[in-house]
Amino acid sequence: MRVSLSLLIGGFLLALMLIAAAVPDWFAPFDPLVFDFEALSAPPSGDHWFGTDQFGRDVLSRTIHASRIDLQIAVFCVIFPLVLGGAIGLLVGWYGGVVDAIFGRLVDLVVTFPFLVLVIFFVAVLGPGLVNVYIAVTCVGWVPYAKLMRAEVLVQAQSDYVAAGRVLGYRMPRIVLRHILPNAARPVLVYAVTDMALAILLGSSLGYLGLGAQPPTAEWGVLIADGKNFFTTAPWMALFPGVAIVLAGLGFSLTGDGLADLLAVKR
Amino acid sequence: MTILMEAEGLTKHFPGRRGLIDMARRAPRPVVQALTEINLDIRAGETLGIVGESGCGKSTLARCLVGLHAPDRGTVRFAGADLAGMTGTERLGFHRQVQMIFQDPYGSLNPLMSVGDTLAEALAVHNIVPKAAIAARVGELLAMVRLPPDAAGRRPHEFSGGQRQRIGIARALAVEPKIIVADEPVSALDVSVQAQIVNLLLELRARLGLTLVFITHDLRLVRHMTQRVAVMYLGRVVELGPTADLFATPRHPYTRALLRAVPQLTPGLRGRDAAVRGELPSPLAPPPGCAFHPRCGIAEAGCSASVPALEVRSGAWPVACLLAGS
Amino acid sequence: MSILLDVADLAVVFHTKRGKVHAVDGVGFSVGRGEVLGIVGESGSGKSVTLRAITRLLHGAEVTGRVTWQGEDVLAMDAERLRRMRGGQIGMVFQEPMAALNPVLPIGLQITEALVAHTDLDAAGRQKRALELLDLVGIAAGRTRLGQFPHEFSGGMRQRAMIAIALAANPALLLADEPTTALDVTIQDQILRLLRGLVDDLGMGLVLVTHDLGVIAETCDRVAVMYAGRLCETGAVAPVFAAPRHAYTKALLGAMPGQGQDMLVAIPGMAPRLDTPAAGCAFAPRCGYRMPICDAGRPLLRDVSPGQVSACHAAEALA
Repeated sequence: MRVSLSLLIGGFLLALMLIAAAVPDWFAPFDPLVFDFEALSAPPSGDHWFGTDQFGRDVLSRTIHASRIDLQIAVFCVIFPLVLGGAIGLLVGWYGGVVDAIFGRLVDLVVTFPFLVLVIFFVAVLGPGLVNVYIAVTCVGWVPYAKLMRAEVLVQAQSDYVAAGRVLGYRMPRIVLRHILPNAARPVLVYAVTDMALAILLGSSLGYLGLGAQPPTAEWGVLIADGKNFFTTAPWMALFPGVAIVLAGLGFSLTGDGLADLLAVKR
Repeated sequence: MTILMEAEGLTKHFPGRRGLIDMARRAPRPVVQALTEINLDIRAGETLGIVGESGCGKSTLARCLVGLHAPDRGTVRFAGADLAGMTGTERLGFHRQVQMIFQDPYGSLNPLMSVGDTLAEALAVHNIVPKAAIAARVGELLAMVRLPPDAAGRRPHEFSGGQRQRIGIARALAVEPKIIVADEPVSALDVSVQAQIVNLLLELRARLGLTLVFITHDLRLVRHMTQRVAVMYLGRVVELGPTADLFATPRHPYTRALLRAVPQLTPGLRGRDAAVRGELPSPLAPPPGCAFHPRCGIAEAGCSASVPALEVRSGAWPVACLLAGS
Repeated sequence: MSILLDVADLAVVFHTKRGKVHAVDGVGFSVGRGEVLGIVGESGSGKSVTLRAITRLLHGAEVTGRVTWQGEDVLAMDAERLRRMRGGQIGMVFQEPMAALNPVLPIGLQITEALVAHTDLDAAGRQKRALELLDLVGIAAGRTRLGQFPHEFSGGMRQRAMIAIALAANPALLLADEPTTALDVTIQDQILRLLRGLVDDLGMGLVLVTHDLGVIAETCDRVAVMYAGRLCETGAVAPVFAAPRHAYTKALLGAMPGQGQDMLVAIPGMAPRLDTPAAGCAFAPRCGYRMPICDAGRPLLRDVSPGQVSACHAAEALA
């Protein structure tokens, strides 16, 4: 097994985020929701390493606590589209024909609209909040997974080891689930990890726009939205959550790259 | 000799691609005429060679024989039973009897499955041995194809091309078949390794009493391995006879050209005149009449008029040439 | 017969992440006018790398030894001299004509390009010469063919077009790397006869790389057998085939079907890795004539009979 440098760095960043999300109270020096009127908009100091916001809440503690929400967003915004899209892609790729033609038109329809615009449309209809964000992202985000899975299944279905399985009289579920799926799923899983980086950005964007996590919940996008009004006077309010987003995104991207090498099917 | 397997009037066409403009013009969809009216019987215990150049349909024929392709017309019968009319259980039984070895040593094994799992799966699905005996049987199969016992725990990428072909052979043998259809099993291998695999196949054939259908473009291998040979050109069998006799006195002009074109190992410069002129026609638009007539040195007016049937003319075996008698 | 190309002690080392790969190691041969030299070997034998090293087409490889082109040191040539030699004096034909031809340019233009690069002909002269070349390689209806694109050609016709391009500047030597491997046997036959005919008519030299001993037997005057980057044996085709003096040559001939035997004489094992060169003979682990001396020291090339050179300790035992 060759573990690449990118996997090492990416894994380290993700591990940090995971620990912060699992036990935020170990690290957060303050309660993220408690106001401190003694230190309103205080700059970074020995007490408040990342400073405080306009209500005196500790930015470091809020950033740490937000990782739980953002990690959840990263995972859920990917896992639901992955499962739905993967299943659709598998069926479409295997059956082809009319099913494939209908799938093609449906994909055309969805990709006509910019991803974010469509998600925002769904959230606007369903109402703001994280659960509705997940529903919206699943409705729109399954498409790339289905396309990728379909293409992989088509390649695998043409291969001789699948033909060998058919000559051995194996039934369809065995061939599809035991032979095709494990081979086709690997590139899709790698894509999914990389996609989590974008999911973090999406979650933050929606939080920023007020469509995702709702205040006073600490979420990086919400924190930046709060901080932007004070950017000239208290830049730390938006800066540190911003850095957290960048690091998390980097973590997922690097891990995705590293996994791509590690999971590449050796021929 | 009993006939084990039979193809009768086998025809398989594949739809070709048609551009947007042709579609708008409502031009007819092009058709690749892979196989046309193939009649062939496979006798128990023999090795039948199927030889031809690209586009002759030999691989399509192989895939029809093992049930990977359903023919458009015609039937494949195994031990008298029509493959198309088989129920699920009957078909499973058919697959147990008729196995295949593939050309590509890299694509024909599931890269994520260990060699042992690949063999065990075939054994389990067909209930060849009791569950408890599967591991032992896997070891026997590996020994049969001369792979070390520890091969079972390894994945395909750890093996060389020749070793992978051995694994493919072991997988086919796992279900104890009567017939093995081998589609260019050694053409991806180097000469020295090719000889190892050829010898292994010959040895297993003798030991297990296998019937072998050996598909290849290599006439030297056909001569070496087979008792009967079918020469194919553009989707049809043009000559079918005992290998030794057919190589000694080929009757179809295409067979003659093919034999003359094969580089021999005896040193001696070839003359300037090619064995046959012209290019292989496209199976999208085979020439009318005898498909070989545009390249044939002795073609007459009648050759382009009708397709000559594969039948015994003046010699001892069937030839599809109007002029074979003269 | 005047020597065109002389290669001595050619070695090619690739530096990879996993260390050095000795792709070619101590290869030497020469080709004269009107002569066809066949280089035969299995995959990984270094036969194609040798061909590319001669024209310095290898990037990122360390090439040492001597390559002499009509008395001139090729490895010391500057870029401009090299450009004039490649294509101008030495033409090249590759295995995959579709990869070597530019898919978006008509064939005529690709021939003309070669003529612009290597001749002083004017536009009319180039057109005339292009037609001549197509005729020379047996492509009928030249005028129409010049305007067509590679995808409108069949595999055999593409290879003919490649040969026409290689011949554009009247090279003295043609290097052909597995030119018929991708072709059907009847088309291979046509192309081999064409190449042989061109050598006889134009007095060119030809180096033909192939894995097929049959191609060597019927097309070449002399043969060089390679194994694991090293030269095993060279000599005129007939004596080498009749009485090989290297154990590998003998084994390779024995492994070929179609000689009337029941079982082929397979060579056990597989080709060695090239990152750790053997101290002795590279073929020793698979060899039926293996002696202690074979593992101890690398056999040197030596004359075993007039015109036949072999690097095998068992050369005498084989005679």
